[in-house]
Amino acid sequence: MRSLILAAATRVVFPLLLLFSVFLLFRGHNEPGGGFVGGLVAATAYALLALTGGVAAARRVLPARPEVLIGTGLLAALASGLVGLAAGRPFMTGLWGDVSLPVVGKPGTPVLFDAGVYLTVLGVVLLILLTLQEEDEA
Amino acid sequence: MIAAVLTTIAVAALAPLLERRLGRRAAPLLALVPAGLFVSLARHVPEVSAGGVRTDSLAWIAELGVSLSFRLDGLSLLMALVVTGVGAVVLLYAGSYMKGHPRRGNLLGYLLAFLAAMLGLVLSDNLLGLFVFWEATSLLSYVLIGFEREKAEVRASALQALLVTGGGGLALLAGFVLLGQAGGSLEIGALAANAEAVKASPLYLPALLLVLLGAFTKSAQVPFHFWLPDAMAAPAPVSTFLHSATMVKAGVFLLARLHPTLGGTPEWTGIVTTVGAATMLTGALLAVGQRDLKRLLAYSTVSALGSLVMLVGVGTPAALAAAMVLLLAHALYKGALFLVAGIVDHETGTRDVASLGGLFRALPVTAVAAAAAAFSMAGLPPLLGFVSKELLYDAALRASPAPLLLVPVAVGSNMLLVAVALSVGWGPFTGRAGETPKAPHEAPAAMWAGPLLLGLGSLAAGLFSGAISPFVSAAAAAALGHPYGVKLEVWHGFNLVLAKSLVTLVVGVALFAARGRIRSLAGRLAPIAAYGPGRLYRAGLAGLVRFAKGTASVLSSGSLRQDLRIVLGATVVLAAPLLLTRAVLGAPDALRSVRPLEAVLAFLVVAGAVATVLAGSRLAAVVALGVTGFGVALLFLVFGAPDLAMTQFAVETLSVLLFVAVLRRLPRLQSRSAPRARAVDALLAGAVGAVMTGLVLAVHAEPLRSRLAPFFRESSLALAKGRNVVNVILVDFRGLDTLGEITVLGVAALGVFSLVRLRLSSRAAAAKGDRP
Repeated sequence: MRSLILAAATRVVFPLLLLFSVFLLFRGHNEPGGGFVGGLVAATAYALLALTGGVAAARRVLPARPEVLIGTGLLAALASGLVGLAAGRPFMTGLWGDVSLPVVGKPGTPVLFDAGVYLTVLGVVLLILLTLQEEDEA
Repeated sequence: MIAAVLTTIAVAALAPLLERRLGRRAAPLLALVPAGLFVSLARHVPEVSAGGVRTDSLAWIAELGVSLSFRLDGLSLLMALVVTGVGAVVLLYAGSYMKGHPRRGNLLGYLLAFLAAMLGLVLSDNLLGLFVFWEATSLLSYVLIGFEREKAEVRASALQALLVTGGGGLALLAGFVLLGQAGGSLEIGALAANAEAVKASPLYLPALLLVLLGAFTKSAQVPFHFWLPDAMAAPAPVSTFLHSATMVKAGVFLLARLHPTLGGTPEWTGIVTTVGAATMLTGALLAVGQRDLKRLLAYSTVSALGSLVMLVGVGTPAALAAAMVLLLAHALYKGALFLVAGIVDHETGTRDVASLGGLFRALPVTAVAAAAAAFSMAGLPPLLGFVSKELLYDAALRASPAPLLLVPVAVGSNMLLVAVALSVGWGPFTGRAGETPKAPHEAPAAMWAGPLLLGLGSLAAGLFSGAISPFVSAAAAAALGHPYGVKLEVWHGFNLVLAKSLVTLVVGVALFAARGRIRSLAGRLAPIAAYGPGRLYRAGLAGLVRFAKGTASVLSSGSLRQDLRIVLGATVVLAAPLLLTRAVLGAPDALRSVRPLEAVLAFLVVAGAVATVLAGSRLAAVVALGVTGFGVALLFLVFGAPDLAMTQFAVETLSVLLFVAVLRRLPRLQSRSAPRARAVDALLAGAVGAVMTGLVLAVHAEPLRSRLAPFFRESSLALAKGRNVVNVILVDFRGLDTLGEITVLGVAALGVFSLVRLRLSSRAAAAKGDRP
């Protein structure tokens, strides 16, 4: 039931989807997008890969195990809140840097928070999806 | 003061590590922490005795009025000295007592953490700060009572203590909040200054009752006394520290602390005095019949706590002074006796007083400590216990409401307690040697040093009671709310009080001589005693579990279809009446402005839904459902919500992928349910659809008066530097919500993961054929 067309298309689409997801993450603060959608799109990319090349193939290109992604994401979101606390302001005060970086825009704690959301969503979807598919393959 | 508490917490965290490194030398080293605190606190005694008060404050949650404000006056210094002094002795003792236990380091850590919490509790001048420490002591007591967690009855005792004191803690929190409302402040000092307003407030009575509930559960007052004897499942050092010297006194301390604010009213005097007197008598009556050393001590502690509560209830200067002396005397003698009971248990292997005797020869030092403590408890001059009993009788005699009732109760209870004291501190060490499981040897110095120190403390404090008078006066003054001077003396001359003390002793000794007959009588009465409030607690707990199981089996049957029916049915039942009563359907208006594109999309959505229901295969149903989903996403786009639309697209795509992942393992789609069931389902589905339609129309009929939308639109760029309002709300304005949501997501994913893994591994085990 392997589809050659889908497999070939995935190889082209996969990097584009990932790139698009990161783009969505960073532009989210001003234009439609954000960490949640970004994470979902990235998850779609890996899910396509798992569907065409098997779970092992998807795991190979994944930078870390989904559980680790979830933990990292939650920690990043929490850390973005602690920055305000460390600066003597209430927990989760949004703090912004003055410099403007290309692509990312101004660095600030909400960007870090959104990146945390991105990683968590990616991890959650992949953990569920890959585990279910693995059970199927087993 | 804040630094002291925080340092102790930090050391507590390091204790297990330290124990692994240093072994048996860790406990003496750790005991230096409370010992050092004791010395540095003791240096303030002259200043506090002279009426000085030290305060220390650190804002915590300023918006809610919560702060770590500490106050060192006579009352808190007395308690803090007891906590650190007994704490040092107990830590030293615990290191020896738990020798060879694999988790000795943990116990030392818990004890230190408890000490920190207790210190914070007695020093707090802020109600909510105090509450936090109060709850910390409850939680730590759960861990400490349940330390031997392998035994089921130990775990049950720990849970019982936690539920009773924790339930009281909830009442206490509510009481504190009401008190804060009535007095306009959460600072205890400010409340005391505002006492008249508090007492005149309509919130006074509810606040008082709730606070009393908290204090009574913590200090094991009738009818909540049953948890304390059961908590004797804890190791001896824990019982000494928590259940005689410190934690159970927290309730008494709180009553004394709040006496200037809440006390003096008829309600206060009536309730507190009655409950205290009832507890004093009940504890003493239940104590004499016990055979277990620790249960004897536990019930006598209940009785002593009752005396303390009664004295605070009476609330006269003499009564509060008596309470302060009794508090100190009880910590000294009962702490020593609990430690002695631990030594006896440790050395002989039994705690049954009937089989113990003649231990003086084997345990001479312990015997001396036990005798000193027991004589103080029995009220023999010149020990501190004698002084405190004289003051107790004196206060009861001069109590304004009902001396006629209080005096017999006090004298009767103390007669019984004399017999208990001798049974614990005299009986096991004299007479013929009994048959014990182990041949006794004298305990190591680290164990007998503590009880000896406390026992000698009883003697010294009694002999030099004049010297501690100013300090006791300062403590009583803090509980009174105004300066007060009392002169403690061992010898008061021949008077009514002395006569009562003599009668108490004589009858008590006679009761001790008849202890064998009393115990057999108590054995025959045991079936009646079983109908105590403890039985009610157990029945209630079992009932709660049954109720929870029943509810869960109805609401969460494990069948997806049944669960869906309940959720959807509940929605209809709850929402439909609301809709019908406010039948404001703006349908015509809303329908007139429908554009062609919207109509096409709506048709697509409906067609997808119909096709899903009618689909002959699962794959077709999934695809049809996808049509509905994408149609809704397009509708979002049309109505100008690109963020929502984009998310919906992504979710739809992933749902299809998810379905594909599990589809192959599902059975072929077929109609299994009876036509009747299908009809019910169709009816329910139709009802849900109608309610949702009605809701949407009703929402449209209401004019939009939200102040939030304009606020977010205006402040998004100004306050949060983002033009995408939706995203700014998610990551900034409502960031905390999002943090909670992604945490829930993560936990849910881990749940799925572990469920699937569990099935995989059990399947693997089955394949190997090693399934039981």
